[in-house]
Amino acid sequence: MGPITSANSFYSNLYTAFVDFHIVGVSPIPEWLAYFLAGFIVIFTVINAVVIITTLGTWVERRVLGRFHARLGPNRWGPWGLFTPIADAIKLLTKEDTRPDGIDPWVFNMAPIIFIVPAIMVFAVIPFGENTYVANLNIGLLFIIAVTTVGTIAIFMAGWASGNRFSLFGAMRAVAMLISYEVPMVLSVVGVVLMTGSLSLVDIVEAQDVPFIVVQPLGFLIFFAAASAEMSRSPFDIVEAESEIVAGYHTEYSGMKWGTFQLAEFIAPFGVSAILATLFLKGWDGPLLPSHLWFFLKVCFFWFLMLWIRATIPRLRIDQIMAFAWKVLFPLSIVNVFLTAIEVLVWPNPTTTEWWTMAAINWAVAILSIVIFSRIGKDKMSTRRPIFSSRGSNSSALKGAN
Amino acid sequence: MPIRTEPVTVNIGPQHPSTHGVFRLRVTFDGEVVQDLEPVFGYLHRGSEKLAEERTYSQVVTLTDRLDYVASMSNNLAYVRSVEKLAGVRPPDRAMYLRVISAELQRIASHLVATGFLLQDLGAFGTPLMYCFRERERILDLFEMLCGARVTFSYMRVGGVFQDAPGEFWIALDKFLGDMPHYIDEYEQLLSGNEILLTRTKDVGVLTSETAMDCSITGPVLRASGVDWDLRKVDPYEIYDRIDFDVPLGTVGDNYDRYLMRIEEMRQSLRIVSECVKQISSGPVKADVPWLVRPPVGDAYDHVEGPKGELGFYLVSDGGIAPYRCKIRSPSLINLTAVKDMLVGGKLSDMIVTMGSIDINMGEVDR
Repeated sequence: MGPITSANSFYSNLYTAFVDFHIVGVSPIPEWLAYFLAGFIVIFTVINAVVIITTLGTWVERRVLGRFHARLGPNRWGPWGLFTPIADAIKLLTKEDTRPDGIDPWVFNMAPIIFIVPAIMVFAVIPFGENTYVANLNIGLLFIIAVTTVGTIAIFMAGWASGNRFSLFGAMRAVAMLISYEVPMVLSVVGVVLMTGSLSLVDIVEAQDVPFIVVQPLGFLIFFAAASAEMSRSPFDIVEAESEIVAGYHTEYSGMKWGTFQLAEFIAPFGVSAILATLFLKGWDGPLLPSHLWFFLKVCFFWFLMLWIRATIPRLRIDQIMAFAWKVLFPLSIVNVFLTAIEVLVWPNPTTTEWWTMAAINWAVAILSIVIFSRIGKDKMSTRRPIFSSRGSNSSALKGAN
Repeated sequence: MPIRTEPVTVNIGPQHPSTHGVFRLRVTFDGEVVQDLEPVFGYLHRGSEKLAEERTYSQVVTLTDRLDYVASMSNNLAYVRSVEKLAGVRPPDRAMYLRVISAELQRIASHLVATGFLLQDLGAFGTPLMYCFRERERILDLFEMLCGARVTFSYMRVGGVFQDAPGEFWIALDKFLGDMPHYIDEYEQLLSGNEILLTRTKDVGVLTSETAMDCSITGPVLRASGVDWDLRKVDPYEIYDRIDFDVPLGTVGDNYDRYLMRIEEMRQSLRIVSECVKQISSGPVKADVPWLVRPPVGDAYDHVEGPKGELGFYLVSDGGIAPYRCKIRSPSLINLTAVKDMLVGGKLSDMIVTMGSIDINMGEVDR
């Protein structure tokens, strides 16, 4: 059955096990059934693992944010409040699904589904550990970028179909911002692809003699910023800016439809962290510990970084966000692409010394270009101090005037 | 072919996460840009002024608690000062010091709320707000020691205060005065130089000093526009003339200046409180005033520099036990006058931030 079964992965092993499964007196399982069963089991496991880890992730997120906020966070249900996400899920599932008049029911109901599918599909090509992946696509990275773009359409569907002006604001902001940030996001991973010569995530992990976060600092920073925007996380969370447009595109959703949006939004950081870990931090590879644990730890590291940013900084305005994408990230990513291309031309098969030379050059260029770009807007960034009134402590203008 | 567009009208409020109460802005947007807007209020109208006519002078103090419910002490002070002016009562020294201490602590608490919610409006996810509330809790604890209440204090009485501060209050106050400067430094570290905060607030929602004076805007909003007008300096009431403190002034009148005003005023308030703690001497805390005050026929207006601006009470007496007329000059309402000038031409996000930096309180706007 083609390339899927040829690799030595969890999936292909399962398939082989099914094909070889014999009980005396019963004819062996047909090949198509083995193919289906192996696929079903793997996909079922991955989807549920992602959903369960995300559900627990909401608890971690709320507890960690609680600590950032100098408060406790949810701690009522179960030990340390561990059952809070379960209570949340039950609440959302049993909640009445209110639907406003004047919506477009088909589009309105389809939007959450279209939103969550790409968020989960990202995990299809990510290697979770050594030989553990659902599919080793030779265009894995392209697949991820293509699939995640679909989320934009879902947001616009939700915003448009709701018939609410806050939702429409959210939808328009989403379309403007998400499409702009696609460009630097795609260009920032071109550096990695040039160095690896492959779009397959499995190959990218194996090609990293030195983690690419060292060799591609600029690419990493741009990808991190652009991916934060793609997920509409702080400081780019204008799509659902609570203080401005209530809840943006999902203002009118309730019950589990709202829950689906939330679930997808909580899955997305895990997906992006997994991509970041794979592309820039050597994926599952690491000493001593098992590969799956290494991968999980790296994912958690990036995920925590996102939480940290979310808890710390305010939100940018729409025009500033667009300017940041086109005037800062886009040129920087172009610089990165050209620099990497030249390096790959000079050192087609780099040795360890040559890797580190590349890293040194890239860091120098990264720091230089960031300094230059931050100097451009320097005058806008200056702080001010208040001046003080010259009135003495005993002056009395009113009484003097009378 | 040009794309045909048309402006949309959106109701921001009365139910909206960042209207600071039940406030409504009817805004016409061209895309994200504000073309026109009209503030609509009255959703929290409780008829406080009319209710005051049905209550004795002492009972009205409880109504003033509910005007600006994050700065009840200042409201108490403004009201009892008006009654004292009307009845010709002078409170003893210790009472005046206690009043100034509580009013200045209240100013810090109110500015903490304003700063926290400004950052919430800016989109900082809770952290600055919760930090500000952490310190506000300590001020509320202090107030609880003074009068047993945490929000609606009714601490002040005509001719003094309800009771002398207990011994534990002075210990806790001393500790608070020691800690608070570090907390303010902490906010400044996190916020004042934050590039996102700077890009979002600088040169946004500019209020020129001329417009500010024409609209009779008062308080930190006026001073941020560079107008040197603080009632504690220009018309010293209570014991402010015995205390040395500075009045911070802004230069541009944008949102960033208004934020800076509040941070600096908190520092100055701490200075005032510690000065008061040094100067306060023992003595009675209430003048010999009967429970049923019967001021002579006449009228009086007195004002204080509240956290949000000039808060004044105009009282008319017909010689009875209740005010014949009670008019409240509430700074939140009057500070809303220039809102349209500040917001038109800005973006939706700027509008929310500017509303946050004006720091209105709906309890006071609607009364």
